[in-house]
Amino acid sequence: VTHLRPDVRARAEELVALYPERRSAMIPVCHLAQEQDGWLRPEAMEEIAELLGVTPAEVRGTATFYDMLHTEPVGTYVVSICTNIACLLGGALELLEHAEDRLGVRAGSTTADGALTLEEAECLAGCDQVPCVQVNHRYMGGHTPESFDRLVDELRAGTLADTVPPHGTLVRVRRSVGLAADRAEVARERAAMAEQQAARASAGQKDGH
Amino acid sequence: MAVTDAPRIVTARIGHEDSYTLERSLATGGYEGLRKALTMTPEAVAAEVDTASLLGRGGAGFPAGRKWSMLRKDPVTYLVVNGDESEPATFKDHLLIERDPHQLIEGVLIAAYALQVSQVFIYLRGEFALGLERVQQALNDAYAYGAVGSDVFGSGFSIDVVVHPGAGAYICGEETALLESLEGKRGFPRIKPPYFPASIGLYGQPTVVNNVETMSNLPWIVLHGGAAFAALGGGRSTGTRLFALSGHVQRPGTYEVEMVKTTFRDMIYDPALGGGVRRGRDVKAIIPGGVSAPWFGPDRLDLPLGQDEVGEAGSMLGSGAITVMDTATCMVRAAWRITKFFARESCGQCTPCREGSGWLERVLCRIELGGGREEDLDLLLDVSDNISPGLEWPPQQTTICVLGPSIPSSIHSGIEMFRDEFLLHVKEGGCPFA
Repeated sequence: VTHLRPDVRARAEELVALYPERRSAMIPVCHLAQEQDGWLRPEAMEEIAELLGVTPAEVRGTATFYDMLHTEPVGTYVVSICTNIACLLGGALELLEHAEDRLGVRAGSTTADGALTLEEAECLAGCDQVPCVQVNHRYMGGHTPESFDRLVDELRAGTLADTVPPHGTLVRVRRSVGLAADRAEVARERAAMAEQQAARASAGQKDGH
Repeated sequence: MAVTDAPRIVTARIGHEDSYTLERSLATGGYEGLRKALTMTPEAVAAEVDTASLLGRGGAGFPAGRKWSMLRKDPVTYLVVNGDESEPATFKDHLLIERDPHQLIEGVLIAAYALQVSQVFIYLRGEFALGLERVQQALNDAYAYGAVGSDVFGSGFSIDVVVHPGAGAYICGEETALLESLEGKRGFPRIKPPYFPASIGLYGQPTVVNNVETMSNLPWIVLHGGAAFAALGGGRSTGTRLFALSGHVQRPGTYEVEMVKTTFRDMIYDPALGGGVRRGRDVKAIIPGGVSAPWFGPDRLDLPLGQDEVGEAGSMLGSGAITVMDTATCMVRAAWRITKFFARESCGQCTPCREGSGWLERVLCRIELGGGREEDLDLLLDVSDNISPGLEWPPQQTTICVLGPSIPSSIHSGIEMFRDEFLLHVKEGGCPFA
């Protein structure tokens, strides 16, 4: 299966090489596939399975465990409103209700134009600015119904495009350094270092005398 | 001395706008702890951490030094950093990850050296998009600076660090679930024994799993000595701790204070900390350590913020999250939302947790929405008892991990402390606060 673009495929292979076992790259590579397509397409899961040496069912079975991996299409912007305890105390249920009215969809669904998916989220660890809103997992601060409407307008107008990449792009900073250290080399260095330390320690004892 | 006079161990740098850059880090003593550690033997570094009596800052409060000492000797061992901060109302690692990634990396390198592990993985929750970018950038810069990679600062010590994103699952904060997730699987907690990944961890190899804040304390401990750290705080709770304060306070936020020397009242009312309850109201209840913790009433406000002090009072300091609920709060709604969280996040392996959380959520929902019955209160306690027999603290367990026994906390507290309020919902056929 060749579904991933060559550059994405190359990055996926770099990720796989970082781990002692290929399967460990499952989540990072699924994020990459979402970066390409916005969600996890079945073809992408097949290619990931090949890449990691597992079955497509194992990829799907793993992906469906995680809230951020979407095996169905989502909007360009996934808007997550936390309603957990700290946000609840700050009016999150009211904000969610407002958001559903404003966007014309229930939490968990996407607007007809495919622009926005509304999510009722669990705690996003942003409990000092409530109710906490994330768009594509970028913190947007706490919101009132009025400021939420402005946020939606800005998203639709594209004025936040620099701060909020389309859904699926999680990490824009790439690892600049090479692959994992050579274990045998590390072991040799360790042994040499221990010898040096032992030598230093015995030299120190001699100085003491 | 005011409670806010304690030294800032993990938040010294974060007042600077550019606190996350290598330049700011180096201008303010960054990587000095690592340089010093590399002149010591690994055993000596570990001994300092042991002397510091540093309790793990993730939630369970297990002594870091003891965890390290249990690492089984093997040519291949791993250090995994738990940055999957997901306990509701906890947002202190979030701050450390985004605002001082170099301090985290330095702490990680010190631990890696002390433990002589062969590889480090930093697991960050996927929702920390900015945090993931900040840590990756910091790591790139640290490699270029010579602090990570082969032959760190010419010492002969080599180490590789990989930043690993999660993908949204509370349970992955449980260390064995985190390891499963890191192996590319569903985040299912592993059956115990073995109790500690230090014997069988990542890929079956000995593994130490430490929290972000725990790691962030290490540069200071190495520079100032374990004894200086142990001189702060009181009893078993040494040093400072970063608390995440949320809910109905004037100034929600993260505050680093000396353990035990500070009380819940200080935290909520001190003008430099919480600044008092919103709208001049009184405290109705506090959740002292994340939603897994049993609640306290205002009679506990003078309790010191210490692990044993809070434990003996029947709850826990847990993840360092303190949530304040004022007198206008509906406690049924609070318990319902917390229970809904557990129902959504139960991994589904164990029947008491998977089924029980859903039943409890539905019963609480009908009480809040007006369809409740008086006998529902007993029903809630009975189902809770099936998840955690006896409803004791610390809780008994019928499940693989502690998510299960965390579920009854808010329900048991709610009914015990606010029974009349639950009954009023039933009598009035709805929420009296709505």
